[in-house]
Amino acid sequence: MSEQKIPLNRRRFLATTALGAAAAASGSLAMPSVLRAQASGLKIGLLHPVSGALSYSGQQGRIGAMMAVDEINAAGGIKGAKIDPVLGDAQSTPDGGTAEVEKMNAAEVSCIIGGYASSICLAVSQAAARYDLPYAVDVGVADSIVTRGLKNTFRFGPGFGVISKAALDNLVTINDAAGKPAKTVIIVHEDSLFGSGLAKLLNAQLPGKGFEILETIPHPTPTRDFNTVVLKIKAQNPDLVIPADYYNEYVLLARTMLEQHVRPKGIYSVLGGAASSYKFVKEFPDAAKYIMDCNHWFNPNSAKAQELKKQVEDKGQFFTYELYMNYNAVHLVADAIERAGAADRAKITAALETSTFASPIMPYGPTKFVNGQNEGAAPANTQVLDNDIKVILPPEFANAKAVFPIPA
Amino acid sequence: MTRVFSPLILITAVLNGLMTGAVYALVALGLTLIYGVLHIINFAHGALLSAALFAAFLAWQKLGLDPYLAAFLLAPVFFALGYGLQRFIIGPASHGDDRNMLLVTLGLAVLIENALLYEFHADTRTVDLAYGFKSIDVGFTFLAVSRLISFIAVFAVALVLWLIMSRTDIGKAIRAVASEKLGAELAGIDVAHIYAMTFGLGTACVAIAACLLIPNYYASPSAGNAFVLIAFTIVVLGGMGSVPGALIGGLIVGVVESLGGFFFGESLGQVGIFLIFIAVLLVRPRGLFGAGA
Repeated sequence: MSEQKIPLNRRRFLATTALGAAAAASGSLAMPSVLRAQASGLKIGLLHPVSGALSYSGQQGRIGAMMAVDEINAAGGIKGAKIDPVLGDAQSTPDGGTAEVEKMNAAEVSCIIGGYASSICLAVSQAAARYDLPYAVDVGVADSIVTRGLKNTFRFGPGFGVISKAALDNLVTINDAAGKPAKTVIIVHEDSLFGSGLAKLLNAQLPGKGFEILETIPHPTPTRDFNTVVLKIKAQNPDLVIPADYYNEYVLLARTMLEQHVRPKGIYSVLGGAASSYKFVKEFPDAAKYIMDCNHWFNPNSAKAQELKKQVEDKGQFFTYELYMNYNAVHLVADAIERAGAADRAKITAALETSTFASPIMPYGPTKFVNGQNEGAAPANTQVLDNDIKVILPPEFANAKAVFPIPA
Repeated sequence: MTRVFSPLILITAVLNGLMTGAVYALVALGLTLIYGVLHIINFAHGALLSAALFAAFLAWQKLGLDPYLAAFLLAPVFFALGYGLQRFIIGPASHGDDRNMLLVTLGLAVLIENALLYEFHADTRTVDLAYGFKSIDVGFTFLAVSRLISFIAVFAVALVLWLIMSRTDIGKAIRAVASEKLGAELAGIDVAHIYAMTFGLGTACVAIAACLLIPNYYASPSAGNAFVLIAFTIVVLGGMGSVPGALIGGLIVGVVESLGGFFFGESLGQVGIFLIFIAVLLVRPRGLFGAGA
């Protein structure tokens, strides 16, 4: 937490008040933040849900953001100014996120990074817009985050529309390459916005791509037991199972499928809760084996990504997407501040609009923000192979070939 | 869904329901015992289950104890914990008023859950056992070994509990306090001690339930809550304070949930449980085995 005491001598007092008065006179409300920034380092708000239901993801996000901050500061900061992170906890709710924006604005941060969940990102972007605070979304994939015309909001990663389109195209590619073994599908999804939305989309799109959906099985979160769901899958014997669940339910489902000897030709996920999780692979390698996912993922051929992964693993943490998505977001913002040449909110926003920041970690095309969305962002397809998570698509970043259908 | 399934699938669904229901029953046993004697709904039940899940996880991780063996260690530990909670915190803090007791357990729930969150974060923990994915092929389906063990263990625990209640002095004293507190007190029974013993027994049930659950489930600070609402329903169905009621009620709820989930989907299938809850309250408010009010 950052609430630094700055020794206030007579000269500094005169200087800041004189400048502040000038700023007020010129109508620039953002100016005081510049003054504080110069006095106490560059204040950047890092906002994550570190308590409540999403706290694991939030904590991972905070770790990633702090790694980037430490790295930048160790290299001398941004034009000599050290980043002074102002940490905030969204408490896993949109209201919690909004409250933190108010606090961060009062603490005179020059921008905010984070949010994680779409619902929190939606609330935070709106609250930050009121203060013209530039806001970099770390993960939140809901398309509406960047389609509401907010000038302050930027998302470096891909949105839901792009991810789901890539997921469906890649599924067809993988199936075609194997000689179309998969024709029937069962979708298992959690019944809140994420799972239901995805199930609806799959129901609309899959039949047109040559797949027959045998059944769509919704379930609440948490679900204590997946035996009934697995029994249904077993009774209908689909070629493909598509789970759209959060982590715990995803793991329980995969474990129960293994236990009941239910082995479809493939398990394929879109933003699957555990489908591309090192934790799951480490704890239940047999249940995770061969599962495919279309999700945020790093470029496995990037030396920088592997170095970061090692750093994280050496600390006993898992290299999750929350972590490197936040690491990227901090670097994106740092790059913008450097080009803006000042901790001025409007200038940073302008610099983000024209950003060409290229992350050495992600498998993205050239960065180009259109209405706050990075058009170069794309997901990757992964598969659990050899007790590791490999990239199977897109081909230019792949480090393994898809194993499909699953060998008997 | 108008799909026709083979009867074997339905038998499997019923078996699944029975095995799941048995563990629900064990959670409900603890709850009904405490209700039957103390006449309070123990709101800390779910939090204690979460704590027990972590205890079972730690016993496995730190001591290398198999969860089923850990049950023999954790049951007495949680009995002592439950005894202590009632004797030194809930009892004194309630100043003799049952309603206060209810609030104290609610406070304890918040406290325990947040302590777990502080210590373990929201991350989930699982145990990986050699027999974790073992199942027995019975021809038409596979029965998971761990769930089968749970099923048998629950009946063993219920039997032990029934023996304690019916054959021992402490059981007699518990029943005496349950049916006539003042009378029991006049007969020289230490009510505070009996209250604490009951709370301890209820908490020990939770510890055993956690050990039976962990091979197939996970530990997280809020993991226990998923079972408590179900347990309340079972207690109402079986009759408040009734041991056989909790057992039969648990099995019925397990089967209803399984069949409901099978025919109407997991989200809608849960409705069946609460329809039972409402029906029981309307038609037979004292439950299947409950003593008359």
